Amino acid sequence: MRPGRAAALLLACVAPLLMAQAEPILVPEVSQSRIEVRQGFTGANLLLYGAVIAPPGSRDKYDIVVVLKGPTEAVRIREKDRIAGIWMNAAATDFRSAPSFFAVASSRPVREIVDERTAAIYELGTDFIQLSPSGQIDPEEQARFAKGLVELRRRQGLYQEDPKGVRISAGVLYQARINLPSNVTTGRYTAETFAIARGRVLASATAQIEVEKVGLEGSVVAAAQRWSFVYGLGAIALSLAMGWVAGRLFARG
Amino acid sequence: MDVYLPIANLSVNGLYIVLLGGLTGILSGLFGVGGGFLTTPLLIFYGIPPTVAAASAATQVTGASVSGVIAHSRRNGVDYRMGTVMVGGGVIGALIGAVLFRLLQSLGQIDVVINILYVLMLGSIGALMMREAIGALRPSLLGQSAPPVRKRRHHPLVASLPYRWRFYASGLYISPLAPLILGMLVGILTMLLGVGGGFLLVPAMLYILGMSGNVVVGTSLYQILFVTMVTTMTHALTTKAVDLVLAALLLLGSVLGAQFGTQIALKAKPEYLRLALAALVLLIALRMLYGLGVQPDEIYTVTPL
Repeated sequence: MRPGRAAALLLACVAPLLMAQAEPILVPEVSQSRIEVRQGFTGANLLLYGAVIAPPGSRDKYDIVVVLKGPTEAVRIREKDRIAGIWMNAAATDFRSAPSFFAVASSRPVREIVDERTAAIYELGTDFIQLSPSGQIDPEEQARFAKGLVELRRRQGLYQEDPKGVRISAGVLYQARINLPSNVTTGRYTAETFAIARGRVLASATAQIEVEKVGLEGSVVAAAQRWSFVYGLGAIALSLAMGWVAGRLFARG
Repeated sequence: MDVYLPIANLSVNGLYIVLLGGLTGILSGLFGVGGGFLTTPLLIFYGIPPTVAAASAATQVTGASVSGVIAHSRRNGVDYRMGTVMVGGGVIGALIGAVLFRLLQSLGQIDVVINILYVLMLGSIGALMMREAIGALRPSLLGQSAPPVRKRRHHPLVASLPYRWRFYASGLYISPLAPLILGMLVGILTMLLGVGGGFLLVPAMLYILGMSGNVVVGTSLYQILFVTMVTTMTHALTTKAVDLVLAALLLLGSVLGAQFGTQIALKAKPEYLRLALAALVLLIALRMLYGLGVQPDEIYTVTPL
């Protein structure tokens, strides 16, 4: 096949794609698809970047919103109250799918990009996390607990919102930086990128990031969970040995 | 120096943890107490989850008491018979403690119970020690002669218990139920609070059991050594909250600190030392009482289901 014909064939294949849809093409990349938690881990700085290519003839200016979500878990939120002069846990409520990590970065404040309904559908903000409450409690109380959870995790650096976190250059290339603190949960993280114009989500793409404990740290956790008895013996042996060695060393000196 | 703690699941300044271990080590060298009562609350203040703090502190106390037991056994300062009875009680107590821990955890009240127990325990022990220390200091300050030494004898309640055994090293003929129950109570505290319970055991052995003074510290260390070992294992099997990296850092600090503490103890006057310990214990109790009464920074807590 001559090069000229190959190019023509390729164009013939791609052309309908470009012309038929008025949707932009989103090409996302992640700086690391694997984050290793090992000794000395103080957190990771994740770079999410890529390009958004407008279809021909479109004059849309795109906004980019990136949502990075950690593995979800079922949690119980407890609320402290003053009982007989002492602050102790009183009311509680359960959420079946609280993400262990949730970060939203956008090129402008999300409120200026989409309306509240769209933001809620795509979970574009910590106010819109779908927590799946369980049990029968009135919605007002649920909202209070959800707010408490978000506020707590925001202070721990686990829930983040950065309305200027995405930089778009030349209307095509975008990049976002998201900080993972050292207290992140391990597991599979998903990074969703949305290209938005005229208040509508026009394209989205997903990338996976694996956060794993490796090396000594990985083995310590695995041992504590799987071989609890041996792990306990190890902890006892370590403390006995260290106490004994120190006693001997200083007794002579 | 950043160190990642795999079980606590966060990164801490390793130097800080070693220093904290060192501080409790100095105390243990100075006063002959394990120092767990200081480690657990300070770790919690630092942001370590309470369960991990209590479990890892228990591991640290094991290491801190090893050299003490060896030293005391060399000069016949351990009543093994009494110690073994108390260890038996301690093991039962640790198991009861584990059940209580689980129950309180599921009720969501473990943290407040830990705090209240600390306030009660430290407050009462601190007040007792303070009274005794001031009483011992007053004659020397006012130039009077020391008050007559109280005759050693056990509490009437202990005498009423059946099945008496002879404990030669302690110079006692009492029911083994008394040390068994004492060991059990301390075992429960060890499991819940991560403390060795030395500063609870020593006065109880002196004033309730009426043991002879030269075996009190050695026997208490002997009981603490074994009960903290059992506690570490119980935590490893049930809460899975023993953080080896955290425990190793604490141990490093405390075994070194203990040597400095022993050096200082040789030079300082024991009455002033006891006064200082009493003041420290009362200070921590007051801080924790204050913590219970004021509105905490975090109203909400999250626990996985």
